[in-house]
Amino acid sequence: MRLLRAVKDKTARYIMLGIAIFTILFLIVIGVSLFFKALPIMKEKSLWILLTSANWKPFKGDYGFLPFIFSTFYVSLIAIIIALPFSILTSIYLNSYASKNVKRLFEPIVDLLSGIPPVIYGVWGTLTIVPLIANKIAPRFVAFSSGYTVLAGGIVLAVMIIPLLISIMVEVFRSIPKEMTDASLSMGATKWQTVKKVILRKSVSGIIAATVLALSRAFGETMAVLMVCGNITQIPHSIFDACYPLPALIANNYGEMLSMPSYESALMFSAFLLFIIVVLFNGLSRFTLNQIERRYQF
Amino acid sequence: MISTNQILINSNYNSVIEMNNAITLKKLVTNQSIKIEGLDVYIENQHILKDINLTIPEKSITCIIGPSGCGKSTFLKTLNRMHDESPEVKISGKVFVNDENIYGQHVNVIDTRKKMGLLAQRPCPLPMSIYENVAYGPRIHGIKKRKAINQTVIQYLQYVGLWDEVRDRVRTSATRLSIGQQQRLCLARGLAIEPEYILGDEATSALDPLSTKKIEELFIKLKEKYTIILVTHTLRQAKRIADHIIFMYLGKIIESGSTDEFFNNPKKQLTKEYLSGSFS
Repeated sequence: MRLLRAVKDKTARYIMLGIAIFTILFLIVIGVSLFFKALPIMKEKSLWILLTSANWKPFKGDYGFLPFIFSTFYVSLIAIIIALPFSILTSIYLNSYASKNVKRLFEPIVDLLSGIPPVIYGVWGTLTIVPLIANKIAPRFVAFSSGYTVLAGGIVLAVMIIPLLISIMVEVFRSIPKEMTDASLSMGATKWQTVKKVILRKSVSGIIAATVLALSRAFGETMAVLMVCGNITQIPHSIFDACYPLPALIANNYGEMLSMPSYESALMFSAFLLFIIVVLFNGLSRFTLNQIERRYQF
Repeated sequence: MISTNQILINSNYNSVIEMNNAITLKKLVTNQSIKIEGLDVYIENQHILKDINLTIPEKSITCIIGPSGCGKSTFLKTLNRMHDESPEVKISGKVFVNDENIYGQHVNVIDTRKKMGLLAQRPCPLPMSIYENVAYGPRIHGIKKRKAINQTVIQYLQYVGLWDEVRDRVRTSATRLSIGQQQRLCLARGLAIEPEYILGDEATSALDPLSTKKIEELFIKLKEKYTIILVTHTLRQAKRIADHIIFMYLGKIIESGSTDEFFNNPKKQLTKEYLSGSFS
């Protein structure tokens, strides 16, 4: 009896270990298979040219990925610039100012927002944001803009990542001990002073972690961005130019151009690139977070 | 970069310390008084404090004792209006601090809190350096001059006996201090807003005996200038440092009086039972 229990215990343990390893294996399998699919194009062209050339003429065999890489970062950057102030202020309001009833109303709505399928955000962007930019915003700055722009992609993406940011940041702020805010308030600090000097300070690493997570999500977001950013292969010079991020490139062309082996390999290369960007980005941010926490152990 | 900065700061400190030797703690308002009339506190419809009427003697240590849950901490929080942060708390009655009802209509909460230095149960340094913790109070109340802030920080760190222990690392995180040092830091931080009253909510219950002794000695030193109100769990501590005792039970004040009288000649039966340890 006792032996049987021990055996069951061990078995359960190793089965779960196996499953856990299997999950991690996915990451490696995806990475490796993308790498091998992308290998032909990397043999044909130098990596440097693939990454830094803006010349994209698949039928002539020119594959320069710079416009796509640049677009990916540009749209994500605009999105995070728009989303951060919104989500930080909203989460602070929910954490420090809102009454219980407001919180009870707000939090499910925020969760709901993050559950809306991307394609709906895309449609919404096409119907409202794109015309708004084309008719109202862009004419103030440039002569002509179709509305399908970096800015449109940034705005739609921002709306999509705001719920994610809010739900993480609310947790981050909630984890600050009440004694700490009380200590500040009891000295006669106003709520705003307490927010600025204690709550935000205490949450720096949490906010950075949330930002990184949101950015990783933004890099990979495909459908909604694809619908509003114009998909023109160029290096956008301003936020009112169209752009063409990596995920959109893959989604638009995969399955159509497979008659050309080099083109397929090029698409696989862009997928591999996206994969590497997200992995590197996560690793880098983890490293910086560690550094921050070590240096400012407050 | 950091090291040159540190040297600059240190040389700055030295000149301040020299100046400081001549300075004693800032002279405070002479007339301190707390008078409470008909105070009732309800938390979510539970009657927590029941018709409290009380005068707290100035420039002395008043200890509030009583079993857990009798409303001691709730009472302390009414004095600096920290209940304002919890919407479920309802308060009626009058609390006069320096002859002004702090629950009156046109009273500024911040002014009230600024008069009260609070020392919490567990030391809770703010997420910043030792220096910034003490400088926090003066800064939020609008003092910008570096020299003035330097002076305040050093003065109060010296006062709580922390300066010599931390002078080389005032720019490092306050959380790296020992828990006893942290509590003294919190006291220095509270003193730096130049309050008139000091409120302690079981301020030594998390500390080791040696640190407790240091804090108690500080309280005794501080009562020359401040009116001190302490909630305490231990009768022995009350006996050691209190001038006056308030005994609370189930939200009511059962007995109050001078420490001598309270311990040697208690009037109420309930007090006698509590002192003999029949309940706690």
